Amino acid sequence: MAIRERLSGNEAVAYAIKQINPDVMPAFPITPSTEIPQYVANYIANGEMDTEFIPVESEHSSMSATLGASAAGARALTATSSCGMALMWEELYVAASNRLPVALALVNRALSGPININCDHSDSMGARDAGWIQIYAENNQEAYDNFVQAYRISEHKDVMLPIMICQDGFITSHAVQNIVLLEDEQVKEFVGEYEPENYLLNAKQPMAVGPYAVSNYYMETKRAQRQAMLNAKQVILDVAAEFEKMSGRHYGFFEEYKTEDADYIIVMIGSAAGTTKDAVDKLRAEGKKVGLLKLRVFRPFPAEELCEALKNAKAIAILDRAESFSGEGGPLGTELTTALYHAGNTAKVVNYFYGLGGRDFRVEHAEYVFDELENKDDIEQYQYIGLRE
Amino acid sequence: MGNTVEIRWHGRGGQGAKTAALLLADVCFKAGKHVQGFPEYGPERMGAPITAYNRISEDEIRVHSNIYDPEYVVVVDETLLEAVDVTDGLKEDGAIIINTTRGADEIIPHLKGYKGRVYTIDAHKVSMATLGKYFPNSPMLASVVAVSGVMDKYAFLREMQTSYEHKFAKKPEVIEGNMNALKMAFDEVKLLEEASPSDNTENE
Repeated sequence: MAIRERLSGNEAVAYAIKQINPDVMPAFPITPSTEIPQYVANYIANGEMDTEFIPVESEHSSMSATLGASAAGARALTATSSCGMALMWEELYVAASNRLPVALALVNRALSGPININCDHSDSMGARDAGWIQIYAENNQEAYDNFVQAYRISEHKDVMLPIMICQDGFITSHAVQNIVLLEDEQVKEFVGEYEPENYLLNAKQPMAVGPYAVSNYYMETKRAQRQAMLNAKQVILDVAAEFEKMSGRHYGFFEEYKTEDADYIIVMIGSAAGTTKDAVDKLRAEGKKVGLLKLRVFRPFPAEELCEALKNAKAIAILDRAESFSGEGGPLGTELTTALYHAGNTAKVVNYFYGLGGRDFRVEHAEYVFDELENKDDIEQYQYIGLRE
Repeated sequence: MGNTVEIRWHGRGGQGAKTAALLLADVCFKAGKHVQGFPEYGPERMGAPITAYNRISEDEIRVHSNIYDPEYVVVVDETLLEAVDVTDGLKEDGAIIINTTRGADEIIPHLKGYKGRVYTIDAHKVSMATLGKYFPNSPMLASVVAVSGVMDKYAFLREMQTSYEHKFAKKPEVIEGNMNALKMAFDEVKLLEEASPSDNTENE
């Protein structure tokens, strides 16, 4: 039976971790993800779970210990945000190239500087080329549901890649909201036991993890990682379908909200998509054909599926919550524009930046974007929404 | 959306405005509502102005922005009246609830011509009488429930009893005092008698 609760996003993810009861969690605190290891440590202290919690001295160490545990054959995870993730940079790549299916509960926060504790996606977007699967959430419910699905994706034999489950710092991590939880037994059965094929503690099959790869082998390793990422697409859909059977909640690569007959579509990631839904409803009531496409899975990037979903739009606004200073657009903007170009889509595409460093994104901002798409011929590319000039 | 009640809390770091907002979300959830309770974080330090928010609705809440046009504003610390534009965006068919002992002549000039209802409560008096210490959040929580009617008084008190029993499981001696603070606040929160126009003229 579904359990009706009210939890913050951090509480929700910590609760999922408790239900999964992984083997090892090394962690180092950083705002706004600190509560996740804090709550997990409480659960462990109260005897509600028996994960081995390792307090470490830095994020470089927390991710290193997570990888060590995973290589040894354990189901491992950690949590972090922003600069904490930046300090894990080296290990992010090591995790992916060693095909260690660890999970990272990432609570998105701006990178310094200026130093700022609030939400944007610059931490995870900066790591988009590290070889991790990336799944984003609109609210506490999605953060919880995504975490329950995480290991089924990462540990799948056709995938074996690390996965980060992202949610918006403070906006969802610290907002208490209604949520429907699964029962412990359901989660346990759904996630199952981790049975690695190769692991260091297997005395019968000695192996090395993370050895030097000469140029003759390095590229093949990358190609194998790429194949795993391609394989992850089907696995993500299969796991989502199974999850839907259990929970009744549907997930895919993205959510299409009133896009079917929409002329003007906003594409974005995370909590601001919920705000945009209210704008869509308001404008629909005025007869405007607008819609929202909320991307859930950024890695692997579902290019073909996105292009199919956007094929009838007259104009598309891509909203990035991370600046990349490329001059050609943000991470989502450039990748989606490239995909649309390859698909021969000639719709007008505009890239906006919003919400950097926690700048509030309001219903009015989404309405402004829709208004520009519909009524303005020469929209300024790469503009910042809500900027004080 | 349409039937959502939006509440904005103004307090100072350490006074429990965030806790009060989360408690309100909690108790309205128990009454079967869809709720949001969230703080707005700046540089955290004791005494700095902080803002917290509530949305309470019959329907699912999808908006994740801050609240700019609230139905109700709660001012936990009256010194904020000079520092923060507390009535900014406040709907005129809503109300503001201020923790103060001051009267209309001292309060009204800080409200930027706000034409809606103004309530005051001496949360210090309530807190000292019931808890023997100054914790303004329980009286302010009861005040906003009393003024907004987001839930029935007796359902509220019943749910708060359960919440406090959970929250204060390790110090049950404070439960009764907090419950008394809530009950007393229902009686103490008062509609501010407006100063007559002639008084204002003389003052100016």
